[in-house]
Amino acid sequence: MTALALPVPPPATLRRRASDLLYTRRGLLLMALLAPPLLWFGVIYLGSLFALLANAFFRLDDFTGQVVREVGFGNFVALLEAANLDAARRSVAMAIAVTLACTGLALPLAYYMARHARGTQKALLYIAVMLPLWSSYLVRLYAWKLLLAKEGAISWVAERLHATWVLDAVLSVPLIGGPSLSFSTLGTFIVFVYMWLPFMVLPVMAAIERIPASTLEASADLGARPARTLRHVILPLALPGIAAGSIFTFSLTLGDYIIPQVIGDSTLFIGQVVYRQQGVAGNLPFAAAFSLVPIVVIGIYLWLAKRQGAFDAL
Amino acid sequence: MTTAVTLDHVSCVFGQGAQAVRAVDSVDLTIDAGEFFTLLGPSGSGKTTCLRMIGGFTLPTAGRVLIGGDDVTLRPPYARPVNTVFQDYALFPHMSIRDNVAYPLMVRKVARAERERRAEELLALVQLPGVGDRRPAQLSGGQRQRVALARALVSEPQLLLLDEPLGALDLKLREQMQSELKALQRRLGITFLFITHDQHEALSMSDRIGVFNAGRLEQVGTPHQVYDTPATHFVAQFVGAANVLAGDAARRLTGHARAMLRPERIRLGAPAGARASGTVAEAQYFGAFTRVKVDVAGTTLQADLASGPGHPAPEPGHAAHLHWDEGAVHALQPA
Repeated sequence: MTALALPVPPPATLRRRASDLLYTRRGLLLMALLAPPLLWFGVIYLGSLFALLANAFFRLDDFTGQVVREVGFGNFVALLEAANLDAARRSVAMAIAVTLACTGLALPLAYYMARHARGTQKALLYIAVMLPLWSSYLVRLYAWKLLLAKEGAISWVAERLHATWVLDAVLSVPLIGGPSLSFSTLGTFIVFVYMWLPFMVLPVMAAIERIPASTLEASADLGARPARTLRHVILPLALPGIAAGSIFTFSLTLGDYIIPQVIGDSTLFIGQVVYRQQGVAGNLPFAAAFSLVPIVVIGIYLWLAKRQGAFDAL
Repeated sequence: MTTAVTLDHVSCVFGQGAQAVRAVDSVDLTIDAGEFFTLLGPSGSGKTTCLRMIGGFTLPTAGRVLIGGDDVTLRPPYARPVNTVFQDYALFPHMSIRDNVAYPLMVRKVARAERERRAEELLALVQLPGVGDRRPAQLSGGQRQRVALARALVSEPQLLLLDEPLGALDLKLREQMQSELKALQRRLGITFLFITHDQHEALSMSDRIGVFNAGRLEQVGTPHQVYDTPATHFVAQFVGAANVLAGDAARRLTGHARAMLRPERIRLGAPAGARASGTVAEAQYFGAFTRVKVDVAGTTLQADLASGPGHPAPEPGHAAHLHWDEGAVHALQPA
């Protein structure tokens, strides 16, 4: 019997030593992988946010139009002026309405896509939901302008159906109405819901997809009619998805300034105020202070959602 | 004796045209009230589809399903007096254990205090007192199994369906749950319809067994009938180990055209009076017994021989002389 010749280990090359080092010191590899995203978030993301925050405490010299770098709370006091509070209140109300409408529209669609659609049908529904996101936001917005205009497609259809009176009745409702859909808060709402709906459908669908079929069968088996299963099983388990989607719909609505600029009456939303203050008026400090409003509102929203247990099942 | 469940010519076909699969093929079955009935079969044999049609999750393509004499063929699950223990337990992850168990009472609008009292009672019944405040994710597999059982029993159904409820448990726990389930069923007097692919489970727990194969019920009988006098070749092979003989070998060794001989009924002995003689091809040690494969003129016979002191295991290559009693042979219907 001959002795087995053990293979001679190859000489330790630089490459091998580097790979050994990375294998034994896991922290090193982790650091190498995490450094770029952390730098990006730390410097560019949070850095700009803090620069904004700092600016909010400065003020604009009315005579010279220069920013005076002295810490003060004048901008925050100015936030409490009626016109500014009004814009904030209107924006929050719109964000809530858009979020509720998106939830209501997304739930049945997401449920169908997650539990019933199969194969080609599911792919087509996916595409239908995602398709608007593939084209430019501005293109879609101006397309809506055409649809909602006084001589636009919707009033044309209403006329053909002899339902112009319905449209007129809706447009004569105070607060949401206006001379035409494209110059009404209702129009702004419709376009907001259209724009952000995909951001609600996808997370809700993901949440519903994760519910095992047997969980729903068990609910029915134990005596729950469909409405009770919806209320006690499907909705609570879809809640993390609804919460995730609502963060999108809520914050996107709260911060947008282009949609209300193109479609809607002349009343202002937070984004428009910020835009005018930093662009037209050149009052960067006040714009900075105002842009903290949505951040605070969303902070409160997330805190409420957490208290309601929206993230417990994550 | 009253009837708990009747399946009347029930069939279930999935898919259409050339791809159609007959999951359940014209099954007739009657289960008596208070019985522990097991549907036994390999995976894909149609036993789970059968249970799903009784629970109302799958509708039959033909035939009628009766529960307690009522035709429930087309009724939804929530309108059937039946509860199910699912294979994956299907507990509600967002509810406490107490709310899980009380769920059937909650949907029946029982007052909170009453349903919480009942939930605690049921948790005590399945030997899980004091876990009511926890979430399903905080319990072990065996504990979740008990919670699922408590939840299915809390509304006092007349019939409990159990879909391979012990499949995910390890062996020791499974054996413990087997005897607990059986004891619980005796105590409550509820009809249990139990689904398993495990023949030991079926034999040890059931009052009667229905053996499923390829969408058909091959045999319905007590564990003894199914084991000792299997109706078909499939039942003989699926329930326990069996030597199934056919053709010339069967006629020579047993005098029947087709016959079954259980390995544990065969003994080794003297050459004189042996029913068959051959060479040991293989000996497998299983602890309690040794399974010996003996080559008898081209036919392999399995014999399970007691092992332990005084029972030396036969060595491969040695001659073996096989003995069995006349009654050990069970003639099978020609296929």
